[in-house]
Amino acid sequence: MFGKLSWSAIPIDQPIPMAASGVVALVILGVLTWVVVSGRLPYLWHEWITSVDHKRIGVMYTLLAMVMLLRGFADALMMRGQQAVALQSQGYLPPEHYNQIFSAHGTIMIFFVAMPFVIGLMNLVVPLQLGVRDVAFPTLNSVGFWLTATGALLVNISLVIGEFARTGWLPYPPLSEMTYSPGVGVDYYLWSLQISGVGTLVAGINLVTTVLKLRTKGMTYLRMPMFCWTALASNLLIVAAFPILTATLAMLILDRYLGFHFFTNEAGGNVMMFMNLIWAWGHPEVYILVLPAFGIFSEVVSTFSGKPLFGYRSMVVATMAICVISFMVWLHHFFTMGAGPNVNAIFGIASMIIAVPTGVKIYNWLFTMYGGRIRFATPMLWSIGFMVTFLIGGLTGVLVAVPPADFLLHNSLFLVAHFHNVVIGGVLFGAFAGYTYWFPKAFGFRLHEGLGKAAFWFWLIGFYVAFMPLYVLGLLGMTRRMQHYDVPEWRPWLLVASVGALIILMGIACQIAQLVVSIRHRVTLRDHTGDPWDGRSLEWATASPPPVFNFAVMPDVSGEDAYWLMEQRAKRQASDTMPDYRDIEMPRNSPTGFICAFFATVMGFALIWHIWWLVVVGAIGAFATFVVFAWRDHDEYVIAAADLARIDQAILAERLASTRGVG
Amino acid sequence: MAIAAIAQEDPHRLRRLDASRAVHSGPASKRIVTGYGFWIFLLSDMVMFACFFATYAVLSGQTADGPKGAELFDLRSVAAETGCLLLSSFTCGLASIAADEREPILFQLAMALTCALGLAFLSLELREFIGLVDRGAGPTRSAFLTAFFTLVGCHGLHVSAGVLWLLTMMAQVIAKGFRADILRRVMCFALFWHALDIIWVAVFSVIYLIGAGK
Repeated sequence: MFGKLSWSAIPIDQPIPMAASGVVALVILGVLTWVVVSGRLPYLWHEWITSVDHKRIGVMYTLLAMVMLLRGFADALMMRGQQAVALQSQGYLPPEHYNQIFSAHGTIMIFFVAMPFVIGLMNLVVPLQLGVRDVAFPTLNSVGFWLTATGALLVNISLVIGEFARTGWLPYPPLSEMTYSPGVGVDYYLWSLQISGVGTLVAGINLVTTVLKLRTKGMTYLRMPMFCWTALASNLLIVAAFPILTATLAMLILDRYLGFHFFTNEAGGNVMMFMNLIWAWGHPEVYILVLPAFGIFSEVVSTFSGKPLFGYRSMVVATMAICVISFMVWLHHFFTMGAGPNVNAIFGIASMIIAVPTGVKIYNWLFTMYGGRIRFATPMLWSIGFMVTFLIGGLTGVLVAVPPADFLLHNSLFLVAHFHNVVIGGVLFGAFAGYTYWFPKAFGFRLHEGLGKAAFWFWLIGFYVAFMPLYVLGLLGMTRRMQHYDVPEWRPWLLVASVGALIILMGIACQIAQLVVSIRHRVTLRDHTGDPWDGRSLEWATASPPPVFNFAVMPDVSGEDAYWLMEQRAKRQASDTMPDYRDIEMPRNSPTGFICAFFATVMGFALIWHIWWLVVVGAIGAFATFVVFAWRDHDEYVIAAADLARIDQAILAERLASTRGVG
Repeated sequence: MAIAAIAQEDPHRLRRLDASRAVHSGPASKRIVTGYGFWIFLLSDMVMFACFFATYAVLSGQTADGPKGAELFDLRSVAAETGCLLLSSFTCGLASIAADEREPILFQLAMALTCALGLAFLSLELREFIGLVDRGAGPTRSAFLTAFFTLVGCHGLHVSAGVLWLLTMMAQVIAKGFRADILRRVMCFALFWHALDIIWVAVFSVIYLIGAGK
């Protein structure tokens, strides 16, 4: 009846997961109770859960990412703590638990922090920058978000019911095969990623179509803001790379569930095929994450230097070059496979070549700043911190791209330091820069600057203290994922690293405080202008937060830095003519995404625990949801021209009043 | 002053390159956006199939002392499958024309034929699979058979999903008529069905034609 599920699945004898999940459950229950008791459930349902508005969905993606960041960071603290004490002893985490923690940490940080963070920011900003009212497929957008949330939910359920994978963030066979991992941990990993992977693919298709087919009048490709270009490149990579992940995980699922022989040791299976396939997705994945971050830095650096982006065209070329070359370097993740010197040399050279367009970008940002009137607001601090940090990460990346050097450094902490160097210094700093930069656009008030700057400095210093020792440890021969070790020389460096993690914790505390303080002081921090940073692209041409329709009249773009141009013209010739308001159609909210995700959760859980009848129920439910959605007759509602005019004129009046007040 | 004004309006002197003459007339129509998005989905689906093809290419020699393709494949049955699927693409095309001409009866007829041909294809494939398993050549026998069953089965699953979608569309046209959104869905369905045909051509050539000769 319940497959492999029984009461013994709940790890009552292990205090740490029980306490952790107890806290999580209490927080969730508390939030739910508060929502219901305070009568906010209808609001939440109508305005957020069923929303198909790209801005709301973007905010929910980002929120998911930030909550999951706390979970992933808790894992990181536990690992640092374990390695700080586990010299010639078992430490406080038994091996089977420690292995789950590093697996969950990597999985969560990549799939449920970095991915939703950048997808959320793209969702929020790209339609605004393109001057359109929504993405190409609004309801699918909601489905995509909720499927991502389903994946995150399943990973967290594994904390209480059963276990998570012990196989690392990429489940290499044969360890991940049924013979060596008979538990449900790997299955939790596989199904949560399959489900959230569908969500990511949907988001990718949606944004590619939006950028290529929905741009407003006059927004030619070479007038798009840099962030839209990087979003396009990133989503093209999603569309091309995520099916590879789906196929690869499907093969592992077939091996595990039906006894197939893709990656087994017996019957002709080929283990290295998994490494090739997973990295054919995995390497583009790092560019899926970092390209939008590059776009954010481009916007931020240009805005806070008061100059147009230097070398816009070379930036476009560099972005698209990275987009293509990122598919030609995957083998550098396993030079030690033994493919031979020629193959390794080709991939080594390709890996060095991909550093060239990235270098072009760094110079472009530096030259954008050169001669500019730089304002050191928080987003700009993140950007400068990124440039220094990412440069170091890039250089160590070129080091490990040399096959002979890689043979020594492979799977050592040097590698761990390298990829944290680029992912934290690149993706996460970019996400934080974007979060601070666009927060006033999303909510209508700025974030507290002082706490933001404090958070930045804690993060930056904490990062260096936590990860520079790992480079040294890697060179001293310490491999990754060690639950305990016997070399006393490593101990001091690991102690320093754990101090670094605590400094980062201070940074996170500052960020939480920043959010709380900013919400409390939202009246004084309110942005009446819609353009708190003196920005250059179209998202600043509408109110903060933007009305549901974004733009009352679709903007007509006549050059690069579209909003900057409009502003300059407006200053020269004040316009008294009333814009030509027309009735517009907006997509109706729909619970389809949420209900689909509900059935996906049921189905995923049932598949993990081999509860076959429940799988069927989930599948039928999901199909029925789609049919019901397809059957509805009115999927749009009309905003009348008169209402549009009233809302828009009020926004314009507020803007005008605030700009007069300033100058 | 004039130069400064130009510098402000056109910081990169782009006017000489792509010029203010560069035109973009604004968002595309819903039909184009939907079709375009669906094409992108189809391309991503092709990437997934490409993985299974690549896997098959790697594992096709790994028979683990079990049967090879030449001993297993019955080209007559596969030819019949191919015939069914190619014909169904033709009838699917008829259905598209009928939808464009707003001919409900012709549409339903053509869709029903498409469905029947799709089901015929599926039953032939199922018969082949059952036959193989009965002869001890199931997917767990060797890595070669694992890759074979997965690739062909993945295509078969797509056809099954297509049949489900097809029936839904028939019902939708009866209930809602040829509304604009329904027509867009019919278009997407047709794209999907034809794409499966293209993939089948590759399956037929790579697996059966090459495999039967080995």
